Amino acid sequence: MTTTTQPGIRPANATGKITYTPVDGRLLDVEDLHVEFHTDDGIAKAINGVSFTLDQGESLAILGESGSGKSVTAQAIMGILDMPPAKIPHGAVKYCGVDLLTMPDDRRRWVRGAEIAMIFQDALSSLNPVFPVGWQIAEMFRQHRGMNKSDAQAQAVRLMERVAIPAAKERVKAYPHQFSGGMRQRIMIAMAIALDPAVLIADEPTTALDVTVQAQIMSLLQELQQERQMGLILITHDLGVVADVADRSVVMYAGRLVETANVYDLYRNPAHPYTRGLLESIPRLDQKGQTLAAIGGLPPNLLRIPPGCAFNPRCRMAKDVCRVDLPALREVASGRHSACHFAEEVIDA
Amino acid sequence: MPEIILPKASEIGRSTTSEVILSAKDLVKHYPIKTGILRRTTGHVKAVDGVSFDLHKGETLGIVGESGCGKSTLGRLLVRLEAPTDGSVEFEGADMAKASGRELRALRRNIQIVFQDPYTSLNPRMTVGDIVGEPLDIHPDVTPKGGRRKRVQELLDLVGLNPEHINRYPHQFSGGQRQRIGIARGIALDPKVLICDEPVSALDVSVQAQVVNLMEKLQDELGLAYVFIAHDLSVVRHISDRVGVMYLGKLAELGEEDEVYDRPTHPYTQALLSAVPVPDPTLRGKREHIVLQGDVPSPANPPAGCRFHTRCWKAQERCRTDVPELILRPDGRGEHFSACHYAEPRAVVDTVDVTDVEPDERFADTDVRDPATIAAVEGQPGMDGPVQDAEGLVEETPEQRAADMSSLTMHDEGHPGKVEDPRP
Ligand SMILES: Nc1ncnc2c1ncn2[C@@H]1O[C@H](COP(=O)(O)OP(=O)(O)OP(=O)(O)O)[C@@H](O)[C@H]1O
Ligand SMILES: Nc1ncnc2c1ncn2[C@@H]1O[C@H](COP(=O)(O)OP(=O)(O)OP(=O)(O)O)[C@@H](O)[C@H]1O
Ligand code: SF4
Ligand code: SF4
Ligand SMILES: [Mg+2]
Ligand SMILES: [Mg+2]
Repeated sequence: MTTTTQPGIRPANATGKITYTPVDGRLLDVEDLHVEFHTDDGIAKAINGVSFTLDQGESLAILGESGSGKSVTAQAIMGILDMPPAKIPHGAVKYCGVDLLTMPDDRRRWVRGAEIAMIFQDALSSLNPVFPVGWQIAEMFRQHRGMNKSDAQAQAVRLMERVAIPAAKERVKAYPHQFSGGMRQRIMIAMAIALDPAVLIADEPTTALDVTVQAQIMSLLQELQQERQMGLILITHDLGVVADVADRSVVMYAGRLVETANVYDLYRNPAHPYTRGLLESIPRLDQKGQTLAAIGGLPPNLLRIPPGCAFNPRCRMAKDVCRVDLPALREVASGRHSACHFAEEVIDA
Repeated sequence: MPEIILPKASEIGRSTTSEVILSAKDLVKHYPIKTGILRRTTGHVKAVDGVSFDLHKGETLGIVGESGCGKSTLGRLLVRLEAPTDGSVEFEGADMAKASGRELRALRRNIQIVFQDPYTSLNPRMTVGDIVGEPLDIHPDVTPKGGRRKRVQELLDLVGLNPEHINRYPHQFSGGQRQRIGIARGIALDPKVLICDEPVSALDVSVQAQVVNLMEKLQDELGLAYVFIAHDLSVVRHISDRVGVMYLGKLAELGEEDEVYDRPTHPYTQALLSAVPVPDPTLRGKREHIVLQGDVPSPANPPAGCRFHTRCWKAQERCRTDVPELILRPDGRGEHFSACHYAEPRAVVDTVDVTDVEPDERFADTDVRDPATIAAVEGQPGMDGPVQDAEGLVEETPEQRAADMSSLTMHDEGHPGKVEDPRP
C-alpha cells in the first residue's frame, strides 16, 4: 500500500493498514453532493447540492418525508449506490479530509465497515438468512482483522452480549429467522460496531419496530455512541425520535437541505416554512385538544422539480420571487441555516 | 375452551350516557397451527382471547397495542369478515351470528371497514367510481335517489376528492388520496360504525393530518362511530374518546382518553406510554422511561396467569397463576377498567391542554379537502399530485379526460366547498 501525505491520513500502522485521524474532531465533510438517477422517463434529481459536516461524538439527524433523499444521501456516503442508474455528477464526501468519491475501490471497501458503518431499516433482508448470526459477526473479524475462527467466534459472543442478546453463548449458532425483529436489529448493530467504526449511519433503524422496542434500540445506540465517541447520523422521519436523541438536525426536502440547526432551536423556532408546517401537523402524546393542520399537496416529482424554491407550490408564504429564484441555504442566525427567501419573517413568526 | 374472565359487557362504558351501538362480548379467535405433511393441528395462535367492550353512538374508541397483539383480527371479527371461535358481536342488541339472510345483510351494511394500506387494499383494475360504488351494487336495496353515479360523486366530494376523477384508477392517486378513496367506500352505505385498521399508518406525517382531520369532520357530519385501530399512541390520543390497550390478545386497560393517558394503572400501558417519543427536545432527560425487558411472548403459547407477568417489574407470585380481570379499579381520581392485580396510577405523560391554541395557518391549514382537489378547483398549477406525477407515472388519456368531463354533473352548479385561494 502506498504511503501518502494527504491531511488526516497517518501512514501505515502495525498491521500495514492506513489509519485515519480526524482533524479538529471533524469526521465527515459532505460538500455540494449531487446524485441523479438515469431512468427511462428522464433524469431524476434525487440530491441537489447537499452539504453538511459531522464531528466526533456528534449525533446528527437527517429529517425528511418519504422520497426527500435521506437514504440516497446515506448510500452515497457509504459508497453503496448502484451506478448506473445512479450518477454523482458533482460533490465530495470527505472522511478525515480524504474524498471517498475519488478513492480507489479497494481502499473504499476497507473504509466501509472499518471506519464508516451503516444500519438499515430492514434487518431481516440485510442479514444473510442461510448463515448463523454469530458466524456473520465473526466473519467481520476474520476478514478485516485476520482473526482465527475461535477468537472471532469469541468476539462475536462478546458483541452479542454487548447489544443485550439474552443467552448469547447459546444463540450464537442461531439463524436470523429465529430472532424477533428487535433482536435482529441488535445483531445488525453488533455487526456495524464490530470493527469500531468512527462513523455510524443508522437509516430508519426503528421504523419497523414497536415503540417499546424502539426505545430499547435507541437507548442502546446512544450508549454505544457515547462509549465509543462515534459520530452518529440518524436518518428518520420521526420528529419525536430526533427530539430525543440528536444534537443537530438537517431537514431535507426534494433532495436539498432546507434547514440546519441544533435541535433546541429547530423545535423552538424553526426557520423554514416546511419545518414549521411539519411541527403543526403532528399529534403529540402530551397534548390534549390539539388542532392539527396539514401541509397541503405532495413533495414534487424529482423529474420535474418546480423552478425557484422546490417547496413553493405547497408554501402558504410563497411570493412571486419564490417561483423564480432558488433560495440558497444561508446563515440566518448564529449556527442556523435556512433556504427560504423569507427566513427572517419565519423565525420572527 | 380458553379461560375467559371478563366484565359483563353491560358494565363497560358507564361513563358515556349515549346508547350502545356495537358490543363485543368475550370475543375469541384462535387460528390452528398445522404442521407436518398431514397438516395436523398441533396448537393454536390465540390472536384474540376474550375481548369485551361497548361502542357508543358517534364515539371513537381507539385500540392500541404492539405488533401481533390481535388488533387487526379484532377488527375483522367486528365486521364479521371472520367468524369468532367464541363470543359474539352485537349490533344494536342483535347478535350477528344469529342473524340470517336479509337480517345479516342489513347488520353488515351498518358496520364497514377501512384498511391500512392504501397501496394494496384497492383493486388496481377498477376505477375509483367502481371501487367506491361497489358496496352499492352489493346492497342494491340502498341505492340512493339520483342513482349510483351521483352518489359516488357525492361521496368523493365528501372525502374532499374531486368528483371529476370518478373514472381514474388507484395508481393515479397518491397514498393520502387513496386512503380517502378507501374511506369513501367505507361510508358509501351510510353505516353507523366504521372500523378503521391503521388508516393513517402508511402515510407521511403531513398527509396524516389531512386524513385525520377528514375523519373527524365526517364523524361530526354523519354521526359515525369509529373503532380506530393503530399502533401510534399520539394519533390515537388525538382522535379517540375512549381507548383500549391490547396485549397478547387481551385488553389490558380500557378507559376515557385522559384516564388511560394521564392516569394509567396497568404497568404495560405505563411502559408503552413512557416509550413514545415527544417532539420536544426540552423534555429530554426529564421524562420517565420505563424500559421493558425481553420480547412479547408468542400468542401460540401465552404465559399463564397475567400475560404480562414475564416482563412486568411488579409481578408477584399470584400473577403467574391468577388471570387478572378487566374490572373497574381506582385510578387516583375515579376508576376505570384495568386488568392488573396491583393496579395503581402512575403518571408518565405530562399533559398540556392546548384546546385554545390555534395552529399557525401561515404554515399549514386545517382544510380537510385534498389539496390537489383544491388546486384543481381553483385552477392553480403545481399542487396536483401524482396524476401527472412521479409515482403515479400515468398521464391522463384524452378518453379519460373526456369521460371525466362528461361526468361533471353536480359540479357545474358550483362546488359546494369552494374556498378562497389560501395563499397571500
Ligand atoms: N435506483 C433508483 N432509481 C431511480 N430513482 C431512485 C432510485 N433510488 C432512489 N430513487 C429516488 O430518489 C429519491 C430519494 O429516495 P430516498 O430513498 O433517498 O428517499 P428517502 O428520503 O430515504 O425516503 P423514505 O423515507 O421513503 O425512505 C426518491 O424519489 C426515489 O424514488
Ligand atoms: N389468518 C391467520 N392465521 C394464523 N395466524 C394469524 C392469522 N391472522 C393473524 N394471525 C396471528 O394472530 C396474531 C395477531 O395478529 P393481528 O394481525 O391481529 O395483529 P395486529 O395487532 O394487527 O398486529 P400489527 O400491528 O402487526 O398489524 C399474530 O400472531 C398473527 O401472526
Ligand atoms: S422561499 Fe418562498 S416558497 Fe420557499 S419556503 Fe421560503 S417563502 Fe416558501
Ligand atoms: S397482574 Fe401482576 S404481572 Fe400482571 S401487570 Fe399486574 S402486577 Fe404485572
Ligand atoms: Mg429511506
Ligand atoms: Mg394489524
